[in-house]
Amino acid sequence: MGKRIIVIPAYNEERTIAEVVRDAREVATRVIVVDDGSRDRTSALAKEAGALVVRHAVNRGVGAALGTGIKAAVMMDADVVVTMDADAQHRAVDAGKVFDRVEKGDVELVIGSRLKKGDEDGNMPPHRILFNTIGNLLTYFLFGIWVTDSQSGLRGLSRTAASSIELRTNGMESLSEFIKEIKDKHWRYDEVPIKAIYTDYSMSKGQNFFVGVKVAIKLIFRRFFG
Amino acid sequence: MHAIQYVLVTFAFFAALGVFIRFRKGGMRLFHLGMWWMLWAGVVVVALLPDTTSLVARWLGVTRGADTALYFAMVLAFYLLFRTFGKIEDLDRQLTRVVRANALEKLENQLEAEKKVPPA
Repeated sequence: MGKRIIVIPAYNEERTIAEVVRDAREVATRVIVVDDGSRDRTSALAKEAGALVVRHAVNRGVGAALGTGIKAAVMMDADVVVTMDADAQHRAVDAGKVFDRVEKGDVELVIGSRLKKGDEDGNMPPHRILFNTIGNLLTYFLFGIWVTDSQSGLRGLSRTAASSIELRTNGMESLSEFIKEIKDKHWRYDEVPIKAIYTDYSMSKGQNFFVGVKVAIKLIFRRFFG
Repeated sequence: MHAIQYVLVTFAFFAALGVFIRFRKGGMRLFHLGMWWMLWAGVVVVALLPDTTSLVARWLGVTRGADTALYFAMVLAFYLLFRTFGKIEDLDRQLTRVVRANALEKLENQLEAEKKVPPA
């Protein structure tokens, strides 16, 4: 087993960050929290829970935080990098599954899919399934790659992928940019089924309709006009 | 050729040149340069062959041709909107690069300090 690093982008996540870091440490060699300019105690709590904290001086968005975290992981010689949300919607056991899949060595990117059928029943609320399907269709239309969960925050990258990924967007649209990288860099990829934990808190932090529309416009502009 | 045609063709030429300069500076990929050039080539076609708009208008079922002032204003507004959007995107990316470099430099110092302190 190589050096496993988990990257957690976090913005004002003092309610959940300590628990998420403690869980993540069960399956990773090291946990990096990228505090994206939080105004609460996110950094302090993450550090106390055992994470290495990288802090953005100002809020730049989840895509920018992921980019910074992945670069930090590469600096620390990660063999596999897994990204995870800070709102406690992902389980450490699923992050472990993603690590295991990347470590088999035949793929560069693994997506933890909340919609791929596995041993456990999916529990995504119906409106989220609808938004996600629209996101998947848009991602397919723009980048020609079909995945069952283009908006999942739980992903694994091999060392090769982590060293070469280029995320140009700063916001949620970066999630679809991972898929663009599959196409541009001819990465092999796979999806493993995961089960997300939906709480009122994680639901309030996720994408809503208006964020979805903004993301769609940015992706279309990014695809066709740079 | 009418004056408006000279104005529009010149305008499209400089806009396409501006996009090319941005491409040369590495601010844009070849595909996106192509997309912008197709857009400005469309403006040149419409300026030099105004009948093409009538063809489209007839196809769409609009009986009156494009009003010159409205037409000109729309092209200008479209150009300014996308130029502004492009500039904001550039600034956004540059700001992220600065913030990231700063954050990673601090991390590097922190890791160096960790190496120097022997584990308890």
